Amino acid sequence: MHEMAIAQGILDIVLKTAAENDATKVTGIKLLIGQMTQIQPESLQFGFEALSIGSIAEGANLEIKIVPLVGQCNSCRQEFSIERYCFVCPHCNSTSVHLVSGRELTVEYLEVE
Amino acid sequence: MQIKVMTNILDSNDQVAAAVHERLSAAGIFVINLLGSPGCGKTSLLENTIAGLKNEISMAVIEGDLFTAKDAERIEQYGVPVVQINTGGGCHLDANMVNNVLDSLDLRALDLIVIENVGNLVCPAEFNIGEDVKVTVLSITEGEDKPLKYPLIFKQASVVILNKVDLLPYTSFDMQAAITDITSINPDALLVQASCRSGVGLPAWYDWLKEQIRIKQARSM
Repeated sequence: MHEMAIAQGILDIVLKTAAENDATKVTGIKLLIGQMTQIQPESLQFGFEALSIGSIAEGANLEIKIVPLVGQCNSCRQEFSIERYCFVCPHCNSTSVHLVSGRELTVEYLEVE
Repeated sequence: MQIKVMTNILDSNDQVAAAVHERLSAAGIFVINLLGSPGCGKTSLLENTIAGLKNEISMAVIEGDLFTAKDAERIEQYGVPVVQINTGGGCHLDANMVNNVLDSLDLRALDLIVIENVGNLVCPAEFNIGEDVKVTVLSITEGEDKPLKYPLIFKQASVVILNKVDLLPYTSFDMQAAITDITSINPDALLVQASCRSGVGLPAWYDWLKEQIRIKQARSM
C-alpha cells in the first residue's frame, strides 16, 4: 500500500505548483503512470482523496494515463513493446536494451481556477 | 487554466536518496538495499555474510522492520553496529528514514552498509534510499512464478540470490524456469544459487561483494 506515499508526493507537488501560480482551486490533475510501476489506480485515488481533504485540491479529478512499456535495442536501435517483461530485443536477440517508457510516475499538468 | 508540471512524483525522495548516497560515497562506503519477501532469508544472508567476511571488511547494518527489533537483535549478536528503523506499519523504507539514522553510525570506520528493507516484493522496489545497488533474495519455497509476478524488484536488482537450494528436492520449484524469467527481465543481474543453511553458493556472493567494495574505495580515493 505504498500508494499512500505516492499520493502524498502528488499532493505536495500539486499544492506547491498551485501556490506558485496563485491558484485558489485545483479542479483536475493529470498523471502519467508507467506500466512497470506498481500502482493500483483505485488505491491511489482513495489515498489522494483522503489526503487532500481540507486543501484547495479537495475534490480534484485525478486522471491517470498508463504509459506502455517500450524498450529500444542498443545494438540494432529498433524500438519495441516489451511483452512479459522480456528485456531481450525481439529483432536481433541483443540483451542490451534500454527503457524508452514505462517507468513514469509524473504529474503532467493541473487544471486550476 | 492549465499549468504544465511534468514533475516526477518521487523527486523529493530521490533528492534525499542522492544526498545520502553522496555522503556515504564520500566516506568510501558501499551500500546495499537488501530486498525480498518476509522469510526469504534476508537476515540469514546477513548473518552468513557477517560471519564470513567480518575479519576482512568493516560493516554495519540498518534494519527496516514494521514494528519489531527481532532482526536487529539477531544481527547484534555478531558484533557489528546495527541501527533499527521501525516504519510503524509502513510497507517500505524511504530515503528520509535512512538519512535520519546515519548520524548514529561511525561512517569513517565502515566499508559496507547493508540496509535490510521491509519484507515485501512490491513497495520497496519503487523507493531509492541512497544505495549503490539493490540485491533481491528469492527463496525456493516461494515458487518460480514470482519474478514474472513482481518483475520490478528483479529488474532493479544487481544481484538475485536464489536462497534455500537445499530444499530443492522437497519442492516442485522449476529452477530452469526461474533462471529463464529472471534473465529475461534483467539480463545484467548476477544470479547466485545458494543456501544460507548449508553455506553452499555463498562464496560467489562474497567474491562479488569484496570486488564491489574494492571498486568503490578505489573511486573515492
